[in-house]
Amino acid sequence: MLPARGKVDREQRVLFKRIIPCLDVAGGRVVKGTHFRELRDQGDPVAMARTYSEQGADELVFLDIDAAPQQRATLIEVVERTAREVFIPFTVGGGIRDVDEINTLLRAGADKVSIQTAAVQRPDLITEGARLFGSQCIVVAIDAKREADDRWQVYTHGGRQPSGLDAIEWARAAQRRGGGEILLTSIDADGTRAGYDLALTRAVAQAVQIPVIASGGAGHPRDLAAVLTEGRADAALAASIFHDGAYPLRQTKQYLKDHGVPVR
Amino acid sequence: MIALVDYGAGNLRSVENALDALGVESAIASEPEDLMRADAIIFPGVGAAAPAMEALRTRGLDRALVDAVHRGTPFLGICLGLQLLFDWSAEDGASCLRIFGGTVERLPTREKLPHIGWNTLERVADHPVLNGMEGEAMYFVHSYVGVPQDRQLVAAETTHGVPFVSAIAAGSMVAVQFHPERSGTAGLKLLENFVEFARVQPPTPSPYPALPKRGRHVTGKGEGG
Repeated sequence: MLPARGKVDREQRVLFKRIIPCLDVAGGRVVKGTHFRELRDQGDPVAMARTYSEQGADELVFLDIDAAPQQRATLIEVVERTAREVFIPFTVGGGIRDVDEINTLLRAGADKVSIQTAAVQRPDLITEGARLFGSQCIVVAIDAKREADDRWQVYTHGGRQPSGLDAIEWARAAQRRGGGEILLTSIDADGTRAGYDLALTRAVAQAVQIPVIASGGAGHPRDLAAVLTEGRADAALAASIFHDGAYPLRQTKQYLKDHGVPVR
Repeated sequence: MIALVDYGAGNLRSVENALDALGVESAIASEPEDLMRADAIIFPGVGAAAPAMEALRTRGLDRALVDAVHRGTPFLGICLGLQLLFDWSAEDGASCLRIFGGTVERLPTREKLPHIGWNTLERVADHPVLNGMEGEAMYFVHSYVGVPQDRQLVAAETTHGVPFVSAIAAGSMVAVQFHPERSGTAGLKLLENFVEFARVQPPTPSPYPALPKRGRHVTGKGEGG
């Protein structure tokens, strides 16, 4: 049931900042580990997606972290089941190489796909994806590592391989080619729980017109508040702080509301 | 039976899934005859206007949609399914269905575009489908908006830097710029309202009888509504 509401407050007349739980999926299960080691089973992706949706998640991201071709069918089955049971937008990423794979995932019910390594290797994939399916479903994922004070390099292959590309320049190119959003992960901050890389996020968010989703480093709701205000991010992605129950999603959104961040 | 208009490009699956979850039967309509038989029509759309119009014309669905609306078949347009009801789209110069006078324009905002995410319904008109939706957040993804000539059509507005039309309604027709099928509980409630509206509402032809003239076909790429 919908609660009765009054008039819309002036503060409500904005696009809400999005909070996006990320589910790392391998072999049809949600897993958590450090750099692909010691993967720990966290549960059924569809059940977790449904729970997060009920708790107020604005979107969801599934990252296929094994991305082995033989596991693709398992992932697609997860996408189909999620689409039947969860009625908020979700993005699927991990190892997507061509428009056929994009097509398969969108047809299975994903709202968007995120492409990363393949987009760096062949930037036309962004252009082709946007032309065939619309910019709204092409998320360009960028893993960036700090090189100097205001310089970050793009890495590929799960953060292991330097690409020679400047993160800010690459974000601009991704936008120019028709990318609809940037999913920006700081390799330095990822897994530290010490907060997002605010300087990186701000630099990219100011360089492009399209929305930027910040990722990597969330350890406390205040980190999300910081990246959504100082960091100028349009959305914040986090995994472990939600999964391990330290800061449940609902509590995190309440914290953000209490601190003046417009969330749903 | 509720017909989901399939012109080959729109993603019908999520609307179909949402109706399934509500226990409502629907059928894919890809031929004009499917729309003639329909008790109600949902027209979801994604992508750019010109290729969508081209696909509709190729299948004869443009004419069938206009006819159904003029017979008073209950109709719900979603996203591009709202925009295509107007005369013309500035997105790619496409000539649209011309059911309502007006144009589709890029949102004149200083905020980021595309407008992606959850935003609030304001000044919601008294309408059975939109009942109780004032202040609810819905999921949007678009850069262009419908600009009706007749302000009476406006059934809800939303603000992204500037206010824009997020829902229109006339007779048995409702169309929304957001995606109810992706808007969680509130969105499912709106779809449920439409199903109930379609069941009880006697056919009410659109008060804007306009025969579609076949316009120039201009193709080009857009950025997804």
